[in-house]
Amino acid sequence: MGRKINKYIVKDLTARLGSHIVLILVSITCVFPLLWMLSSSLKTQQTIFRNMNLWPGIFHWENYMVAWTRGGFGVYFLNSVFYTVTVVSGLILVASLAAYAFSRLEFKGKNIIYSIFLAAMIVPIPGAFVAFYVLLVKLGLVNTRLGYILPQISIGLSLAIYILKTFFDEIPKEIEESAEVDGCSIMGIWWHIAMPLAKPAIAVIVIFNALAVWNEYILAMIILQDKAKIPLQRGLMIFQGAHFTEYSLLMAGITISVIPIIVMYLFMQRYIIEGITAGAVKG
Amino acid sequence: MNLILSRFKKIGPGYLFVMPAFIMLCFFYVYPFFKVLQLSLYEWDGISSNMIFVGLDNFRDIIFSNPPWWQSMWHAVYITLLALVFQNGLALILALMVDRGIKYGHIYRVIFFLPPVLSGIVVGLIWNWIFNGNYGLLNHWLSQMGLGNLSRSWLADPRTALTAVAVIHMWKGFGWAFIILLAGLQNIPRTLYEAARIDGANNWNTFKHVTVPLMTPVFVLVMVLTVLGTMQIYDIVVSTTGGGPGYHTEVPVSRILSRMLNSSQFGYTCAMGLVFGAVLVILSIAHMKMSRAIKHT
Amino acid sequence: MTIKKLLSLAIFAGLVFAGCANQSSKLQNGEVVVWHWIVDKADVFNALALEYKKETGVNVRFELYAPTPAYASKIIAAAQTMKFPDIYGILMEMKQFASLIKSGHVMDLTPYMEENNGAWRSTFYKSGLAMNTFQEDNQYQVKPGIYGVPIDLNNVQFIYNLELLKKAGWDRSRLPSTWDEFIALGGMLKKAGIPGLVSGWGEQWMIHCLADNFAWNIMGREKVLATIKGEVPYTDPSWKQVLGLFAQMRDSGLLSRGIVTMINKEAEQTFANERAAIAFNGSWCVNIYASMNPELRYAVAPPPRVNLERPMEIWGGATDLVVNDRSPVKEEAVNFLKWLTQYKQQCYLAKETHNIPSNSACASILEGPITQFARGMDNAVHPRFFPVEEFPLVTEAFDKGIQSIIIGEATPDEVAEKVQQIKMEEIKKAERFKALREKEAR
Repeated sequence: MGRKINKYIVKDLTARLGSHIVLILVSITCVFPLLWMLSSSLKTQQTIFRNMNLWPGIFHWENYMVAWTRGGFGVYFLNSVFYTVTVVSGLILVASLAAYAFSRLEFKGKNIIYSIFLAAMIVPIPGAFVAFYVLLVKLGLVNTRLGYILPQISIGLSLAIYILKTFFDEIPKEIEESAEVDGCSIMGIWWHIAMPLAKPAIAVIVIFNALAVWNEYILAMIILQDKAKIPLQRGLMIFQGAHFTEYSLLMAGITISVIPIIVMYLFMQRYIIEGITAGAVKG
Repeated sequence: MNLILSRFKKIGPGYLFVMPAFIMLCFFYVYPFFKVLQLSLYEWDGISSNMIFVGLDNFRDIIFSNPPWWQSMWHAVYITLLALVFQNGLALILALMVDRGIKYGHIYRVIFFLPPVLSGIVVGLIWNWIFNGNYGLLNHWLSQMGLGNLSRSWLADPRTALTAVAVIHMWKGFGWAFIILLAGLQNIPRTLYEAARIDGANNWNTFKHVTVPLMTPVFVLVMVLTVLGTMQIYDIVVSTTGGGPGYHTEVPVSRILSRMLNSSQFGYTCAMGLVFGAVLVILSIAHMKMSRAIKHT
Repeated sequence: MTIKKLLSLAIFAGLVFAGCANQSSKLQNGEVVVWHWIVDKADVFNALALEYKKETGVNVRFELYAPTPAYASKIIAAAQTMKFPDIYGILMEMKQFASLIKSGHVMDLTPYMEENNGAWRSTFYKSGLAMNTFQEDNQYQVKPGIYGVPIDLNNVQFIYNLELLKKAGWDRSRLPSTWDEFIALGGMLKKAGIPGLVSGWGEQWMIHCLADNFAWNIMGREKVLATIKGEVPYTDPSWKQVLGLFAQMRDSGLLSRGIVTMINKEAEQTFANERAAIAFNGSWCVNIYASMNPELRYAVAPPPRVNLERPMEIWGGATDLVVNDRSPVKEEAVNFLKWLTQYKQQCYLAKETHNIPSNSACASILEGPITQFARGMDNAVHPRFFPVEEFPLVTEAFDKGIQSIIIGEATPDEVAEKVQQIKMEEIKKAERFKALREKEAR
């Protein structure tokens, strides 16, 4: 009896130790580039590639100041925040309505329309940027914030609808039926029941698209002209010349731009984890 | 009258709910798609008003006379296969560990998300340094471990270049798979695990009979996303190997973009895009059919 | 219910704000807008614009877009919507340049260049103008003339780290000027364990540049042009010799490890930090090396001659600007370009950016390593000077073929065969399109 228990404990311990080792190894590879980025942002153009250590030696905190002012961070930062919030909220709104319809409502042509959305997810359009530009010129939306926001919502639609529909499909019919009996409208069911239960899905979509919008620069390059409207990533391009790259300033700029995304992720990932246990499968 | 109203009440909301999304889709996807379809039938440089109708010639050339195109397609498939197995395998293992409530799980959750957040520039610089043939970190560590004879210029050696690019891609991508898998795992009620344990099931059986069936839609989602995302790989290739050496790390998107911007064959690149889309559709359908078959076993 | 209301209100407000904000973007009258991709010069350009406004009251606005694929996409988008700026830079090959001209997007500047007995024209180095000139009988059917203005120049040469050469045992008083000397240097570097040449050969154009230099030297310009025209095959022994040079470089230890996939920026920081002995780079590198390692001591020289009976010509390019023929402020644009290429402004540009000015009178004020590059400007050539241009797919096969030679995957003979095969296919395609075009014209 004693030997059996020992074997079990040893097995358990090695499994736990093994897990930790794997986790730590992977974590090191993930954190390393960030550390390098931080360290480079505190070096100078001269030392950044010469001194390969992670420890900068002399800390050039002023790089952040310079990057902020020369990168026009004030305005561009706010622009990026604005675009990210509007695109993501617009996307969630439009996609969840559509996904709910595909999942729960009946109407003619439902399957065909859904397959078009799926096709849009799978088949990419090459040189889409040029096509968007031409379209926006025709709509008179070139160099406008709306013209920058709408294509980005559109890009994220199919995937968001797919994910949300999968989630909505899992909701037991009884919950909805009891709500209907209680006199809830379809809108009400969508808002009060379906959406809260889909929190993990929404969180994933938010993270996904917020990152995409935050890092976007090509569309901004092509559509937006006014300095007052351009987002952060486009502003960072100033450090990345055709020939001359100001590495330490660029790294400082990127570090600054990475912080809001990490903060957003920290905020959102709670919903993925705590998500459905809050809504719970009501017995 | 009441019949009509009630009928509308039944069908109407569906259309209303779908309308905003559908309108956007029509503008920003369907219309450009048909434009691309139309342009693929012409030989056009994207600039002059002079377009020559060539019908299906572009497609014929792509399918039969463009070996680098299919080479690049194969490269993308290779990286995708690696990603499906290793990237998602690793992500699943890590998600399982964190789901089981390992210590510091909440810290790991944040750390694993760091690679996707990093911009392409940083990723390119770091990995160029790691894989560098002269003073790179990988060669350095190998020689420290006594395996110095393995050192090489990882991104320039035709035998390792594509795999090196794949490694970078998988490193950047596993964070996404991890989050989605973790979300799915957390969605499984703990009571089911309790019940399984009471019934005497060990870890493997619990996994097979409780986790896998409930996670199937999530697995499908992750697989589809991996296939779609990996096949369209581009930024990493451009910032590390530029498609070289030779044609060894060319991928479909890099072929399309170089045709569009260097050769200025706009119509041809539209056709390339459509062929690429067709391949992706075939891959996705094959995928879904396979997962449905597995589900039924 | 309140959250829902707040959310929808926020989104609505956001969209209204977004829609309204476009009113303020109307351009002022008489403003000249310039597009280019060299973001590095942003500060200098803006300073010049301010100066011009002070002198003439005309507003000039520079809009710089990087990276280059985004700029190229922007030009294509502009072409499809007729929304070009007043002045812009040409990133592409002659074929696209010709297309832009024929579609009415580029103004013919020859009259301005020729007035007063060619006053404006003669201020430039010949090679700067040649980049923007279409000659008689060019293959693109463009009316011959000058269509763009160079505002600074560059050329590509070999750069040698004097300290590392000394370490390898090379006599620093001379640089390799013949092929045999060059290979000998490679052997010495290999023995000393010093990495040799670094260059952005992952970006194919740099390989092509060197190959071109050798080709002109070995067989002369006429034969190269004849090859492009299709009269001489790539399987000709001269071409095989050119390709063979890269095999020799590979074997001699001249090439640094991983050069085939190196991007130029990586090559630059490697050379700047003295981790390689030789670089093949353009004159813009002066700035970069100075910023990373002011102590770096180097010397600049053209590639070594293989054929001692012919000269060695180097690639020389320019940053050029063209005027949009449909611009409502064409005249102002031309005036601005004239101003930009005057002595005072050119000297200012040269001083601030350490690039070679396009105004030849400014050569005297150059100091530092850039003078070594400037000396080469008289020998500089560029494929854009010629009335014919090679098919992009053939060039790609050629450049990637050289990459294959360097990694030992193909022999020069095999690459020559492959390139010639693709050339034949492209010629057939071109003839088919010509026939189709003529059919449509009827």
